[in-house]
Amino acid sequence: MSVLIDKFDVFAGGFWLTLQICVLAAVGALILGAVLAVLRISPVPPLRAVGTGYVNVFRNMPLTVVMFFAAFGLPALGSNADFLRIPVLDSLFSRLGTDLPYFRFALVALVLYTAAFVCEALRSGVNAVPAGQAEAARSLGLTFGQNLRYVVLPQSWKASIVPLGSVIIAMIKNSALVGFFGVVGDLSQTADQLTSAEGYAFVPVAIGISIGYLIMTVPLGALLDRIEKRQAVAR
Amino acid sequence: MSQQSVLYDVPGPRQRRLTLIGSAVATVLLLVGAYFLIYRPLNDKGQFSMELWGPLVDPSNENFSLVWDRIGTGFQNTLTAAALAIVSSLVVGTLLAVLRIQLKSLTRRRFTGLATPLSYLLRGLSTLLSAVTRVCVEVFRGLPVVITIFFVARGFPEFGVSFDTLWYLVIGLTIYNSVVIAEILRSGMEGLPGGQAEAAAAIGLSPLQTTRMILLPQAFRIMLPALISQLVVVLKDTSLGFIISYEETLNIGKQIIGVLDNPIQVYVVIAVMFIVVNYALSKLAQYVQRRLSRGRKTAGTPAQDPPPAALMSQSESTGQGI
Amino acid sequence: MRITRVAALAAAATLALGMTACGGDDADEGTGAGSKSFAAGSTMERLNKAQAIKIGTKFDQPGFGQKGLSGKPEGFDVEVAKIIVKELGIPEDKIEWIEAPSKVREDVIVNGTVDLVAATYTINDKRKERIAFAGPYYEAGQNIMVKKDDTSITGPDSFKDGTKKVCSVTGSTPAEEIKKYVKDVATQLVLFDTYDKCRDALKGGQVDAVTTDNVILLGYIAKDEASFKLAGENFTKEPYGIGVKKEDTDFRTFINDTLEKAYADGSWKKAWDDTAGKFGAELGSAPTVNRY
Repeated sequence: MSVLIDKFDVFAGGFWLTLQICVLAAVGALILGAVLAVLRISPVPPLRAVGTGYVNVFRNMPLTVVMFFAAFGLPALGSNADFLRIPVLDSLFSRLGTDLPYFRFALVALVLYTAAFVCEALRSGVNAVPAGQAEAARSLGLTFGQNLRYVVLPQSWKASIVPLGSVIIAMIKNSALVGFFGVVGDLSQTADQLTSAEGYAFVPVAIGISIGYLIMTVPLGALLDRIEKRQAVAR
Repeated sequence: MSQQSVLYDVPGPRQRRLTLIGSAVATVLLLVGAYFLIYRPLNDKGQFSMELWGPLVDPSNENFSLVWDRIGTGFQNTLTAAALAIVSSLVVGTLLAVLRIQLKSLTRRRFTGLATPLSYLLRGLSTLLSAVTRVCVEVFRGLPVVITIFFVARGFPEFGVSFDTLWYLVIGLTIYNSVVIAEILRSGMEGLPGGQAEAAAAIGLSPLQTTRMILLPQAFRIMLPALISQLVVVLKDTSLGFIISYEETLNIGKQIIGVLDNPIQVYVVIAVMFIVVNYALSKLAQYVQRRLSRGRKTAGTPAQDPPPAALMSQSESTGQGI
Repeated sequence: MRITRVAALAAAATLALGMTACGGDDADEGTGAGSKSFAAGSTMERLNKAQAIKIGTKFDQPGFGQKGLSGKPEGFDVEVAKIIVKELGIPEDKIEWIEAPSKVREDVIVNGTVDLVAATYTINDKRKERIAFAGPYYEAGQNIMVKKDDTSITGPDSFKDGTKKVCSVTGSTPAEEIKKYVKDVATQLVLFDTYDKCRDALKGGQVDAVTTDNVILLGYIAKDEASFKLAGENFTKEPYGIGVKKEDTDFRTFINDTLEKAYADGSWKKAWDDTAGKFGAELGSAPTVNRY
């Protein structure tokens, strides 16, 4: 058990790195997912096709494959994902601005993959708004944009919040893969490093790593449960 | 689009013309962008050369049959692992769901007719058991499946139990997915109208009988689409087998890449394979869902609020369930 | 691709040889249960009786242990293992090859998943705490591979100033070794599961160097001489050994005897020339077997 104390800084560092990537990826995925959701319900058929195609491709591919394309496909396109070196952010999240691009690649992969699910969660929220609402808005002469902005979205976000939360929880768990694609020092790579390269006993490391993930996922899950119950009562 | 959404009016001639022009311009821009940002750099690096693609797409290439033999083996292994994992997750998940429902009803029982200390003991015990299963569910649901698989593969041998890597993968996937399926079924059962369980009790069924004969079949029906979607998740997650050296599609791909040095090409092929199979599966889920919602609507099958109306037309025409 | 075919042919040929031997034409090289006599109760006797053996090797290490398109592993480690298996009186096609990436090699030996491990397995004291090594059968050394036109990296010390980025494989000895030289792991070190990913990263410019044993790097250089070169001299000694269970001294002695025999009769040199020797690494003289 002493490994938990001796190596506390390693565990804490792993936790911090995983948390960083999760926060950044969540923000990115929410933005991209929202754009995709609007595309998927827009009046312009080609835009709808783009949204649908995107969702079908990324939802049905294993994240491992997406990660691979980010880590080795982007360099083949001649990009080191430098567009993610966002001035203020990269001083806060130090890995974002390093010369080593794998943190950024992993971030790109997580965002691309999760956005597909975010899009679906948002759309299911829009679907939950009774049709009469949108019809009434239309009969008032609101355009598509106005309809979304003033009538549908304000009502739909409530229905979206639980599915969105599940998507984010899933994303936190998926972030465990980044350690296999060149990001050194996140929680899962720490587990690997401590048990195989440094030869620490397996069980205590497993416990430490599990706690790291559970700290992030369980409270979020509990929060969602509460929101869900409250909504069920309110309905 | 024959069906129209409720979000916007049917476009008129002017709007349609604008859309057409806009789409044409956007398409051209996209194509030009794709050419300069994707095709050119890849072509400059020789990623389209037949040397790299040949073994994958050209049947006359000397390695073609060998490569596809290997990919076939890998895909077979992927399907084996996925099939085993989904079957065992279904079994374990169902048992777990029943267990949790039973324990929950036990904690509410007062055990009247027993001596007071004994009844308190029984109540305490069932509360404790209920809490333990709850914690297990939360823990395994909250852990990344990669970590679960990794822990299974490293942990089991630590305690002197060792199997083929296939079984580590199946066990790891089962632990995670059975918990998820248990939750799907449980919420399905709890979502049923209370009258169902009450009526069952009224005709004298025991709690176990009620669950087995009344609640579970209905929960399965309602949750079938969600269960099929979970199959897609399992299939995708088998790709994590590469972490424990299980020879599934991606791992075989890695070996092929080691010999032929064409990573991007191999991964493109594998990605397409996964997308096709999983797309077919999600189509199946949708088909099942539609049949179910169209199916017999007796008073007993509460089709959860009929699929939210607003954009139903669209979700069907664009090919994705909710 | 020619190499693969030749190797496959060679494998088929040896297989055929093994089969005729089974037929009993050649009494001396016979395989089959009881074809050789070993001390009762020894691992050798057990394996010979069972006529089956499980060997851990790498499936992704060109020149040493790499699964080819035929689905069979090829390389120097594989050939050395075959020499040992032959000496045990077991036909080659009875070998079950099990992938043993760097990080699980001790585990698979301790758990009994495999009977022996031949997987570019560096002999060191930390590993000797859990398992035992026969050999060494080859001595490599850690080196650094850089782009052909790079003159800024001359050795491991070049990483000390904290700007140069280096790639290696998770759980390998070279990865641990290079950490001693790297100033900041977070910004300088990348770890993947295979060396070809490192090579691709070097080629794409995401990292400045790849570090591992010279023979492995020479394999990549041989394939693409226009792009890569070694930077400087080996800075460690990496004697490759055969991993067996810690307490199994008899088996270890048997393997050591077999290796010495192979040094003497030329089968070791042939194994080298057919596989990793093609990369141009000097074979040098056979390393002295260390019977600690």
